[in-house]
Amino acid sequence: MWFPSIRMISWMNILVCVKQVPDMEGRFVPNTDESWHEESGLAWRMNDHDTFAVEQALLLREQLKGGATVTVLSIGAARVVETIRKSLAMGCVHGVHIEDPMACERDPWQIASMIAGFARQRKFDLVFTGMQSEDRCSAQVGVLVAERLGYVCVTGIIAFAWQDAAITVERELEGGRRCTVRLKVPALLTCQPGLNTPRYPTLPFIMKSKRAVIEVLLPESVGLDEPKVSSRGFRAAERKAPVVVLEGESKRLAVEVVSLLEQRGVVTGRGGVR
Amino acid sequence: MKLLLVGEYRDAGLAAEVAGLFGFARLLDAEVSMVLVGREADLPAFEGRLWLADVDTYGEYAPDRHKSLVLEAARREAPDAVVLLHSSYGWDLAPRVAAALNAALVSGVTGLDDGGYVVECCNGKMRRTVRPLTEPVVLTLQPGAFGQDALNGSPEIRYLEADGETSIECLGFSRPETGIDLSHAVAIVSAGRGIGSKEHLGLVRALADALGAEVGASRPVVDAGWLERARQVGMSGQNVSPGLYVACGISGSIQHLAGMKGSGFVLAINTDSQAPIGNVADVLVVADLVDFLPLLTAQLASRC
Repeated sequence: MWFPSIRMISWMNILVCVKQVPDMEGRFVPNTDESWHEESGLAWRMNDHDTFAVEQALLLREQLKGGATVTVLSIGAARVVETIRKSLAMGCVHGVHIEDPMACERDPWQIASMIAGFARQRKFDLVFTGMQSEDRCSAQVGVLVAERLGYVCVTGIIAFAWQDAAITVERELEGGRRCTVRLKVPALLTCQPGLNTPRYPTLPFIMKSKRAVIEVLLPESVGLDEPKVSSRGFRAAERKAPVVVLEGESKRLAVEVVSLLEQRGVVTGRGGVR
Repeated sequence: MKLLLVGEYRDAGLAAEVAGLFGFARLLDAEVSMVLVGREADLPAFEGRLWLADVDTYGEYAPDRHKSLVLEAARREAPDAVVLLHSSYGWDLAPRVAAALNAALVSGVTGLDDGGYVVECCNGKMRRTVRPLTEPVVLTLQPGAFGQDALNGSPEIRYLEADGETSIECLGFSRPETGIDLSHAVAIVSAGRGIGSKEHLGLVRALADALGAEVGASRPVVDAGWLERARQVGMSGQNVSPGLYVACGISGSIQHLAGMKGSGFVLAINTDSQAPIGNVADVLVVADLVDFLPLLTAQLASRC
């Protein structure tokens, strides 16, 4: 009789944390106390880094031949349900929404307190998050969650492999250098764009996601902490030198740009760059 | 004010950006000490205590052990702030330290503002001022934001040890693909996500040809496989400083700007007039690339 030599994990309980963020091409207007921005007039979508986290969880579930469940969690106002459904349409199994209309004003410590509070109750083996959000850019939440849970944590992964109950990942460093590390579950990994190619939702999953029942929890029920920082003075980035902004008809713009480049001595009279 | 700086040893040497930690301390007129997992042969020059642990023992990436070392140094120094770089090392380590100290963490600080710390948000398009509500505070500083001045003095070395196994086994480091060196290019035309599809790369190449420039790329273009990774400009790619940098459809993430802000003249072409690339550009053309690039290329060519 043949026995498999590798230790099988019978069932893997995976969590993916996703955030809904505004499209970064939108126009950001400070709210009245300038702690963050107004929400009107912005288009909302899944944080780019998080799409790679979702995909990695789904790839692992496929590798385990379905021997895993993938729960997707998002925190925020009612609008974030759309992002949870998008994750379900990609193939996640359960959707959980911590309904918190104030989420966009919460600091990373508070967001981590809610995620960790939730995750502690469900005993996940593996948690995937994005490396950072595009709006807050703090890169804190994933690591803070791991520290609260006492999980092993590696940030900014760009490659992932699961074999013989061990995880091997590559971390991205400066200048494109990479560090290969091995770890065991329970673990939390924060994902960097380029880790994989996030899939498009498919029709059967889209239909299923529309009917899916999403579990709704309140911040208090998962343990919301007090903030550690306050945020003020939300404003446009200062422009160092007065940038010349050119708009209008393309042909005229091309002429204008070339004469500007010549004036500033960037290109010489004939062809190449000085 | 008393700062505990966390030095950084990267790729077998002291990271050059560490100078920014001292620049920040100077701005605050603060008393400094440093904790470093490094080597005695390659130490930063400054006046103050240096808590040193050997990189051969504690590894270049073993964040749980490094956390213990930083916490031990913090226990001895009782600083008002623990300050790291917002680098792959720092953003990984800082939340671990902050969690253990039950302290506020402010990430990616670029400046000081009325008792608070200025940080970038919305992919570098916006700013806000963050004030910690706890003491001590943990900070990560955007590399390059606080100067790169040469330092002097010789630190007073105290050797540091920490117990504990690591649960993260480092198997080694690898190098990026090489072969394309953009660091000496006189001109670079870079393609960003805004080019829309791989088919439009020809427009970028044609402009580069007309200017005698190299072709570069922002991260999403490389991730999508539209251009080789060796052409990536930015924190995780190459640092470039050409005389002319043309950013085609690049919004200008913090990581991209870090790799090209030393460029001479920056021409940005983008549909969003508020894109953060405008913060470092000399000229920002608000136009559709597919429309505009061929016209610009033709206009350049017609001057011959």
